[in-house]
Amino acid sequence: MLISCPYCGPRDLSEFTYQGDGNRTRPDPASTDQQAWNAYVYDRVNTAGDHHEIWQHSGGCRAHLMVTRNTLTHKVSAVAFARDAGHRKSDRHRMSGGAA
Amino acid sequence: MAEYSALSLLKNAFSGNRDWKPAWRKPDPKPSYDVIIVGGGGHGLSTAYYLAKEHGITNVAVLEKGWLGSGNIGRNTTMIRSNYLLPPNTNFYEHSVKLWENLSHDLNYNVMFSQRGVLNLAHTPGQLDDMARRGNAMRLAGVDSELMNPAQIGRLIPALDLSVGGRFPVVGGMMQRRAGTARHDAVAWGYARGADRRGVDILENCEVTGFLRDGDRVTGVTTTRGEIRARKVAVAVAGSTGRVMQLAGIDKLPIESHVLQAFVSEGIKPFMDTVVTFGAGHLYVTQSDKGGMVFGGDIDGYNTYAQRGNLPVVEEVMSEMVALFPGLARVRLLRSWGGLMDMSMDGSPIITTGPLPGMYLNCGWCYGGFKATPASGWCFAHTIAKDQPHAFNAAFTLDRFHRGILIDEKGQGSTPRLH
Repeated sequence: MLISCPYCGPRDLSEFTYQGDGNRTRPDPASTDQQAWNAYVYDRVNTAGDHHEIWQHSGGCRAHLMVTRNTLTHKVSAVAFARDAGHRKSDRHRMSGGAA
Repeated sequence: MAEYSALSLLKNAFSGNRDWKPAWRKPDPKPSYDVIIVGGGGHGLSTAYYLAKEHGITNVAVLEKGWLGSGNIGRNTTMIRSNYLLPPNTNFYEHSVKLWENLSHDLNYNVMFSQRGVLNLAHTPGQLDDMARRGNAMRLAGVDSELMNPAQIGRLIPALDLSVGGRFPVVGGMMQRRAGTARHDAVAWGYARGADRRGVDILENCEVTGFLRDGDRVTGVTTTRGEIRARKVAVAVAGSTGRVMQLAGIDKLPIESHVLQAFVSEGIKPFMDTVVTFGAGHLYVTQSDKGGMVFGGDIDGYNTYAQRGNLPVVEEVMSEMVALFPGLARVRLLRSWGGLMDMSMDGSPIITTGPLPGMYLNCGWCYGGFKATPASGWCFAHTIAKDQPHAFNAAFTLDRFHRGILIDEKGQGSTPRLH
């Protein structure tokens, strides 16, 4: 499996560290909604198909990447910087139950 | 039940072995059953067997999307043990070992359960202290366990490099002598035959495509072989749990699917008569009766539904193998394969009623499902028949994550790839 790092180009899987499911959004730190926190920590969609996930290029430039990879075929279709994964920021408040 | 005996072998030898009855029938699906079990792996088949044997519920169908033995029951490294620290795990897996001890007689099918012992190696004094604690907890629960020193280990496994290349010297180990291995295919076939002879329909090539609902209640399934109704629908599909439960509208579970690779070498002369695990990395190895070294290591560590892994893990496992057994460096690898692991958020399984009315769920086996096969089926059958868990699986609930009653043997937290 190769992942194309935006800085370094296509690199072998062994250079990367998996950091898990990228579909999860941490509730607002001020939120006291127990249900939302439990769901964030324990519940997973466990997608079969295109999966958004976070990898770190720990054996290279150390950038955190949002990778779209098919969990049925291992084919990587998109790689972006995790910080640019746009919906994260704007969704944060909505996902945590509207706390502003 | 006694179909296989010295006499029947002799009798069938005279008729050229043409008159053996197939081990299970190939029936067509009936329109309805008392219980449907989705998943014809080890756990599904043993559930059907114990439903019939222990609870007299024989109007049962086991639905398998492929053929029997095509999933994890034929993809594991066949190791069996009950060396756990936490009481729910200790009691459950010890019940399993006790069922294993009588399984060949119970099924009249030789599952080749071999109590050759499982030895966990310790490479630091701290790790050995931890093993002493775990071993003591096991002994308090009535499970056998003993600490070994390097000299004893060296006598037991002469081929082991006790210095492990000088980097991770063996300082001791914990041995469970009643642990061991079994022949995994025979387990599937034995349970299948036992269930079939008691009236259970085993439906192969019958993939579930959806669930029939009456309001919230699950009343049956749609399959590639038509609609089948049932009062109770039980799901035991391991790595496919996410996909199957999504068909029932359950979008999120405390489960991630990962791939675990396993390996077997070419056959060599008798080399080692126990199971040994490397404690400074992650490796477990045994020698099969055919002579092949059977071994595995960590899961690949990323979400996947593909039954194959990648090369970095292969390289890591091989390097661990050669570190422990330098003498095997030139032995050739015969085959490798992958199986899907339903990694739970605390590393412990789920055997429960629900999450919908009329539904029962068995999953979260991480990569310890094979040894659990008898007890998993035994407890799941009890849960289905009585609509409540047995004491052995009462702690393996689905809601324990949200309620904060985790059974986290390694103290690893909700990072499934690390369990």
